[in-house]
Amino acid sequence: MRNVIRAAGDLTLAGVSSIGMLALLLWLSGYPVGDSLSALWRGAFGSWSVLASGTLVRATPMLFAGLAVALAFRAGILNIGAEGQLLTGASAAAAVAITLPASMGLAGAALALCAGVLAGGLWAAVAAVLRQRFGVLEVISTIMLNVIALNVTGLLVRGPLQEATRTFPQSDMVDAALRLPRLVAGTRLHAGVALAIGSALALAWFLRATAPGFRLRMTGANPRAAASAGGIDVSRVSLLAFIASGALAGLGGAVEVTGVTYALYENLSPGYGYTAIAVALLARLNPSAAIGSALVFGALEAGASAMQRDAQVPAGMVGVVEACVILVLVASEWVGGKAGWGRSLNRGGPPQQFGPAAPHDDAASAADRSTSEARA
Amino acid sequence: MVLPPGADRAVTTAVPRLALESITRHYGPVVALDEASLTLRAGEVHALLGENGAGKSTLMKIAFGLEQPDRGTIRIDGTSVTLRSPRSAMQHGIGMVQQHFALVDAMTVAENVALGSTARLDLDEVATQIRAISAASGLVIDPDALVRDLPVGAQQRVEIIKALSRETSILILDEPTAVLAPQEVAELLAWTRRFADGGGTVVLIAHKLHEVLRVANRVTVLRRGRVVLTAPAAEVTARSLADAMLGGGQHTPDTTARRDVTHTLPGDGRQPRPVLELRNVTVRDAAGVERLRAASITIAAGEVVGIAAVEGAGQHELLRVMSGRLHPSSGEVHLPPAIGFVPEDRHREAVVLDATLIENVALRGAGTRRGLMAWTSLRTDTEAVMATRDVRAETAAVMMRTLSGGNQQKLVLGRELASSPQALVVENPTRGLDILATEDVHTALRAARDAGTAVVVYSSDLDEVLALADRVLVVTGGQLRAVGHDREAVGRAMLAGGS
Repeated sequence: MRNVIRAAGDLTLAGVSSIGMLALLLWLSGYPVGDSLSALWRGAFGSWSVLASGTLVRATPMLFAGLAVALAFRAGILNIGAEGQLLTGASAAAAVAITLPASMGLAGAALALCAGVLAGGLWAAVAAVLRQRFGVLEVISTIMLNVIALNVTGLLVRGPLQEATRTFPQSDMVDAALRLPRLVAGTRLHAGVALAIGSALALAWFLRATAPGFRLRMTGANPRAAASAGGIDVSRVSLLAFIASGALAGLGGAVEVTGVTYALYENLSPGYGYTAIAVALLARLNPSAAIGSALVFGALEAGASAMQRDAQVPAGMVGVVEACVILVLVASEWVGGKAGWGRSLNRGGPPQQFGPAAPHDDAASAADRSTSEARA
Repeated sequence: MVLPPGADRAVTTAVPRLALESITRHYGPVVALDEASLTLRAGEVHALLGENGAGKSTLMKIAFGLEQPDRGTIRIDGTSVTLRSPRSAMQHGIGMVQQHFALVDAMTVAENVALGSTARLDLDEVATQIRAISAASGLVIDPDALVRDLPVGAQQRVEIIKALSRETSILILDEPTAVLAPQEVAELLAWTRRFADGGGTVVLIAHKLHEVLRVANRVTVLRRGRVVLTAPAAEVTARSLADAMLGGGQHTPDTTARRDVTHTLPGDGRQPRPVLELRNVTVRDAAGVERLRAASITIAAGEVVGIAAVEGAGQHELLRVMSGRLHPSSGEVHLPPAIGFVPEDRHREAVVLDATLIENVALRGAGTRRGLMAWTSLRTDTEAVMATRDVRAETAAVMMRTLSGGNQQKLVLGRELASSPQALVVENPTRGLDILATEDVHTALRAARDAGTAVVVYSSDLDEVLALADRVLVVTGGQLRAVGHDREAVGRAMLAGGS
């Protein structure tokens, strides 16, 4: 219960502070603050249709990628490569979806999603193997692989996957029969949104209730003790967690292609994989809470488009605010976990409320997640 | 002042080069140094001896400005000085080579020597200086070699040359022989003798008595933060030093808790059942150095085997082989299916601080657990461990981090014993614990033994080993041998080194 309250508090704080920052920026740039913000609000939550077609749809790839980041960080792996894994997943899903006959219907869509999962996992496996075999820091390798994935996607949509007329840098459209079904007629709310929320809840359950999930958390929290006291094969756990993380991001890309864009584009992702890091951190690496934090960022993105359309405020202004929120989050993690950024990322959760002797550095860490999980 | 070579190790009795007078240093409630005094003269090699934690390193860190004394005076050539930092110590001609070298692996020897010097950087000049020092001292080193390509012995020479390049006349070497091969030890000791004969002063911090007695002029022994002996090397023997270091005779180990295994084992009169066996086990580290050499041991159900050793003698590897945490390079190992292990570095190896007590108990066996975590029964298990071992915590669901060290250790011990393992291996089980917690741990170990568990105890506190063990084995230089249960014999065997 406590972590739910805490997560809600974090989300509110992030929402309020980003609106405040945005208001300040608007005022400084000479835009009408009230009109712009109300356009933002209307674009994000103004009606059922903008909520469903805008905010929720925008939040979905961020949630998948955010879960990928949270899973990796919980295992002690700093996977910054969700962006590349998402693009690889999208490319593979597009390749499968435009190849399969329309008669396959939903089964075809499912196959496309599987292709995305596999491709994202494989792309992460490259960094995982580099880390395990050669000690290459995953922070560096995954960033590099992001660049490679982006450019490979660019090559694909100008080469083997380019649309039939060979004019535009994009793939053919996925046949309507192979697209993810809409959940609510008249909106863009597709089945992938439910899949994302389901994945978040499933991941939360996996970490809390299963033995492999426990091994993953212990490996992330103290690999030496996990190996020595727990007899856990930590390198195997890390490898699998890294691949699973990539698979989740890949699924996000596949869902985007089969549920939203229906084709592969080079700029399919406006940096979902990077925003995902903020989504995961804001959720304190808690998969259920990531649903809420993805919603906050989804709302900002959806609202930004509306603000640009209705109040002529450049959407980039919201990008600035998002980046500020990320900086504030990372800084607070830094200040909180005096052990530094790497370690504080592996922790999360509200402060420990036990006794006066609780050491100070518990304040920002001491994962209540585990407490509540153990209680569950 | 310069003494003629071969001056029969005579040293001047004039004003000492460096005098540490009545130095006291506390770390929290722990007294690391209690009115310790040491004088160093020009032209002498001074051996500083003592068990782990006796205060040798602390005293030398104070002499090198790394630590500040709470009380006491430091005099150089009779003048009282304050050494605020290593830099001010170096300005007074004091240099120190720490156990863990302060070298940058990716840099050359010359760059390392130049590092920290305030002079304008001219690597050619530094290289020339290094060659000059090499020629004068006999410490040969290539100034252009990368440090990471050098063997440990050569890295140590770099450290010494670094000190000499700053016109060091008082050189402190913290356990310099621990990392060296026998031939290198001989060369190093011969060099310290030459350096002192040339008017310099060397402090040798050491464990191994026979080595230092060969070169030292004088010997000072610390025990529990106090200087218990300062004498010319000619007037002491290995035995008298061991007595001084270990407090010979003053401490009678508590033998009341010991017993004759063969007489009280259930199954009256029959030989105890062997539980854990090592035959000719050799462990080499990543660099190929033998840490454990052809160790053989059989441990029976219901006995406590004590392991006595000085730091780095090979006991670390031995305990990990016995607990199934390390696969030996060669040899035969027969281990029981369930072994409890309590490592000395609790926070890094035994517990997850940011996890609950329940999760920490669940950690044991986590590698092979399948399916779902049975949190309800794990909670019951944890509460049972807490009750049995008297672990003080609000609930089983609090974070490990919130517990005191003693309670953490009791939980670890309880966890390892909860599944009634056939063997239990513990390493410095009471380090950092207060008296009550220590007593609880000892009681638990004896209870485990009485319940038929084969218990292996290593402690850097010899008295603890003797108090707990039914029989004692000594590890020196990677070799394992039995020397009976006599405090003096064990102590001497521990300190004798690999020779």
